[in-house]
Amino acid sequence: MNVVVCVKQIPDPADPGALDPETKTLKRDVKLILDESDSYGVEMGLQLVDAAGEGEVRLVSMAPNNEMSGLRTALAMGAESAVLVSDEALAGSDALSTAKVLAAAIARCEPDLVLAATESSDGYTGTVPVQVAELMDLPSVTFGKEIAVVDGVATVKRQTEAGYDEVECPLPCVVSVTAGVVEPRYPSFKGIMAAKNKPVEELDLAGLGIEASTVGWTGARQEITSIAEAPAREAGEVIVDEGDAHERILAFLDDLKVI
Amino acid sequence: MGISKIWVYGETTEAGVTAGTLELVTKARSLADTVEVVMAGDASAVSGELGAHGAATVHTVGDLAGSLPGTKVASAIAGALAAGVGPDVLLAATSYDGRDVAGRLSAKVDRPVVTNVVDLVGDGDRLLGSEPVFGGTTDVLTGFTDGGLAIFLVRPKSFVAEESGGGPAAVAELAVGDLGNTGGALVKDRFVEESTGPKLDEAAVVVSGGRGLGEAEKYEMIETLAKLVKGAPGASRAVVDAGWVPYSYQVGQTGKVVKPTVYLACGISGATQHLVGMKGSANIVAINKDEEAPIFGIADLGIVGDVHKVLPKLIEALQARG
Repeated sequence: MNVVVCVKQIPDPADPGALDPETKTLKRDVKLILDESDSYGVEMGLQLVDAAGEGEVRLVSMAPNNEMSGLRTALAMGAESAVLVSDEALAGSDALSTAKVLAAAIARCEPDLVLAATESSDGYTGTVPVQVAELMDLPSVTFGKEIAVVDGVATVKRQTEAGYDEVECPLPCVVSVTAGVVEPRYPSFKGIMAAKNKPVEELDLAGLGIEASTVGWTGARQEITSIAEAPAREAGEVIVDEGDAHERILAFLDDLKVI
Repeated sequence: MGISKIWVYGETTEAGVTAGTLELVTKARSLADTVEVVMAGDASAVSGELGAHGAATVHTVGDLAGSLPGTKVASAIAGALAAGVGPDVLLAATSYDGRDVAGRLSAKVDRPVVTNVVDLVGDGDRLLGSEPVFGGTTDVLTGFTDGGLAIFLVRPKSFVAEESGGGPAAVAELAVGDLGNTGGALVKDRFVEESTGPKLDEAAVVVSGGRGLGEAEKYEMIETLAKLVKGAPGASRAVVDAGWVPYSYQVGQTGKVVKPTVYLACGISGATQHLVGMKGSANIVAINKDEEAPIFGIADLGIVGDVHKVLPKLIEALQARG
């Protein structure tokens, strides 16, 4: 079974970044890392390929400046190869533009299953997986907690407000997975060394047959009309627990009449 | 000038229309001449509640017959647009199904989605969505530059649901188009995980646990405390990523935005990712070992202390009260 995992390379969340006041886009002058949210999809893909006994995991990513340090992390985990799309015309791309690019890149791989995180850690729109599915004319199951594939059908436990739904979906399909559902493996030293030589196919928009005007800033058809500082919240009283802090909390809750 | 017609994607549970839907219908009536709802399932059962909040018509695609709502509802909206009877704006809550509907529709009709919206502002004949970025320190207003369908995904709790005094909404059938290969996913079974308290995003008190709890077993203290204060248990992303609790518990930028009367953060340092999801709470109490933890910068009452010492005493004291 061939699995494509969509991965995003993002600025380190520990360093939240800023908007460039000139272009109103994210400043991207820092090194990108693999979005931790995507490590669950990579792990799940590797496990499903293992269970199937054949096939491989391929990565698809879109990033500025042919950035691939995050891809190398996922390759070191065990993915076999990657497709990386970079193009200056992609600056300012929103979720739909991203989905157009990913869908075109994924289609070249002809996968049985497409996995993605439910949302990225930096953009968190949570719409890309279904947009990819719609563009590829594929069914999708979002917010997957568990996936099993038997006889060309994926059975997915889909997170709901009340618990979960068991959803059956014929392959090929797109499944987005929530975090914490598998334990992503740490790349071994051998894996890290091997990743350096794994193939990364680099493509631009022309290579994918995508018209530049349909993506990026022009494709977004949106404008930011204002950027303002949000009202800050004031800090209150901070006390050091001397063994009776629970009484302060109780008094606080009593005052608010919530208990 | 102004917006002529807004459709709200309507979500229901056995208890009726979800709070997120009613909030959107309420807000929409201050923004557009006509507010209508598009949904799946039995619209007549909820036409009273939706009409009371300001919806004139409820369009339903009918029984889903096991399908997930995303594909069918999106297809029906696209059909209405093609027939010239669709909306100018589609609003959906940032929920599991809301995201599916907005995403499917977006790709189907080639219209982008403005996501993570926490406020909507009229701007002539278009709508602007306000989105918090950089850990909620900056608000960005975004609008579409052309006149096509505008899709917004709005965070629950952004508005307050209020009845308008309107009568029941009219019910109309909305046809689902050809789904191609997209309609293959079918729900075979539904599992309800036992939960006795209020829902996370509707509870008056939320008790959340973070990495400071140390190990998965200690999360039980959070559940126990939440039950004692008739609140809902929540979690930081670190705890969800570690697999201690499911994604549905997650409070934060990725996860749920909560605005309870009291938010009790236990062993949560307060990464921006988390603060975005709870800084709108009316009151915040934080317990953390590290006095430098960012959570203390927004807490009304901050306790520099060990959750493993403070929480058992708090639980015991509440139990003693009966």
